[in-house]
Amino acid sequence: MGLSKLNSLYREVILDHADHPRHKHDLQTSTNTITLKNPTCGDVINLSIKLDDQDQIADIGFSGDGCTISQSSASMMTDAVMGKDKETALRMAKTFSDMVMGTKHPQADLDELGDAAILSSIMSFPARIKCATLAWWALQRALLEEDAPTDEEEA
Amino acid sequence: MAAKNLDVRQDFPILDQKVNDEQLVYLDNAATAQRPTAVTDSLVHFYQTDNANVHRGVHTLAERATEDYENARRKVQKFINAAEPEEVIFTKGTTDGLNLVASTYGEANIQAGDEIVISIMEHHSNLIPWQQLAIKKHATLKYIGLTADGELDMADAAAQITDKTKIVAIAHASNVMGVINPLAELAKLAHQHGAIIVGDGAQAAPHVPVDVQALDVDFYAFSGHKMMGPTGIGALYGKRALLEAMPPYQYGGEMIDFVHQQDSTWAQLPYKFEAGTQNIAGAVGLGTAVDYLTSVGMTNVEAHEQAIVDYLLPKLVADPDLEVYGPHDPAKHTGVIAFNVKGIHPHDIATALDMEGVAVRAGHHCAQPLMTYLGLVATARASFYLYNTQQDADRLLVALAETKEFFNHGAVKA
Repeated sequence: MGLSKLNSLYREVILDHADHPRHKHDLQTSTNTITLKNPTCGDVINLSIKLDDQDQIADIGFSGDGCTISQSSASMMTDAVMGKDKETALRMAKTFSDMVMGTKHPQADLDELGDAAILSSIMSFPARIKCATLAWWALQRALLEEDAPTDEEEA
Repeated sequence: MAAKNLDVRQDFPILDQKVNDEQLVYLDNAATAQRPTAVTDSLVHFYQTDNANVHRGVHTLAERATEDYENARRKVQKFINAAEPEEVIFTKGTTDGLNLVASTYGEANIQAGDEIVISIMEHHSNLIPWQQLAIKKHATLKYIGLTADGELDMADAAAQITDKTKIVAIAHASNVMGVINPLAELAKLAHQHGAIIVGDGAQAAPHVPVDVQALDVDFYAFSGHKMMGPTGIGALYGKRALLEAMPPYQYGGEMIDFVHQQDSTWAQLPYKFEAGTQNIAGAVGLGTAVDYLTSVGMTNVEAHEQAIVDYLLPKLVADPDLEVYGPHDPAKHTGVIAFNVKGIHPHDIATALDMEGVAVRAGHHCAQPLMTYLGLVATARASFYLYNTQQDADRLLVALAETKEFFNHGAVKA
């Protein structure tokens, strides 16, 4: 088989997001921030979100270190939820984590994920699922814990 | 130098399989080794023939199981050249053994203001028990640093170990830097200052001859599963006088002498430290692994792995796209080789190598302070054992070249 199977994981769009990540910067002002680590590999994501008065994501940015999959997933996630309201973003996070665990969703839900839907290919690489979900976990935690003190762990 | 292969492959049926349609090359031995048929057979034989609880029964099976269990202890004793079998305590593994020492000897002997000295290359299992002990006792945890070459800095060791030091705990071999640390020299240094020394043998006992008396270590912990024994079994060596003076680790059956309503007295060594029904079959399997390694000969195991390192390491070091950690002199490097490929995250490397059938580890290797010290997030790691061959090293080299090609030249471009 060799590396040909890798093409299904490292699709061009995934490599493009990893090489040119969207929204990879910390926000000057934010309402929700979180730092999450993947303890098995040491990958880190710092996510900052700015919610407006209507609870819509007015701005979002991330920083940190990680593999191709975690970086591109974070890039695609920020692209997908920009401008969405909090409730929609949380629903998308649920769709994403269901999708990579193999739970079926209506096509409309998957379409909502944008480029991120392509990461369903991660299912064939169980060891890498955590890499793909880290950014979406961070989104979920950041949105649900907006009033709690933010988790400012040292990177 | 060409690595002369040991004639052992046929003893490891797990190696004879395809992974992702490629012949498996197993290079994650620092995480866990594979077991020869002799070891798995001995587990089946024990359960199907001799199984009973040990020491308490008067029936025949109990006697046989006890004999099997104590035979295994004597095999381990000889393997590490302990003076007597009572100095060998069966544990769950290295982590369990190190925690035992920290929570018994450490608990009884560390006081506020004392120092505990470890190194920056320690695995979390030889770091956190001491860190937490230091916090609890208001003691100071000190770290010995590394030389530019990635070896333990012995000048720094001489500076860190002082008359305030009560415990020195050091890996005999590193699971990241690929070095063997001069444990005998460190033991001498510790003893000169009135400290005891604890050796973490997890990465050494499977690969090099170990003589705890020659090393003059006070404690030495290692795991069965990294030396081809079952998981969930390991051993802790301790000098008799220290073990005698230590309080028990856990309380319960097997470890008592007499139990009264308000107090109890403890069993003799080693049973004082073996509360509850132990991993009897695991001990038997470990004994068989010891027999296997002894029949191959630990000096042969060491020489075989060294020959692979002599062949492979210079090729890895010569690759400008690779960063190899630890000494670049093969004579100073073990078969644990941590590396990074420029521009490619180690997790992506490990997935790509897996597609080529080559199993390696990627991550922080349970050594986060070391990663921080080296300014790294993670590394890839290939680790070799007696059943690996020079052909395995070649497969790694080819798979690495293809991986670089894939990620750097966009093999995915349709």
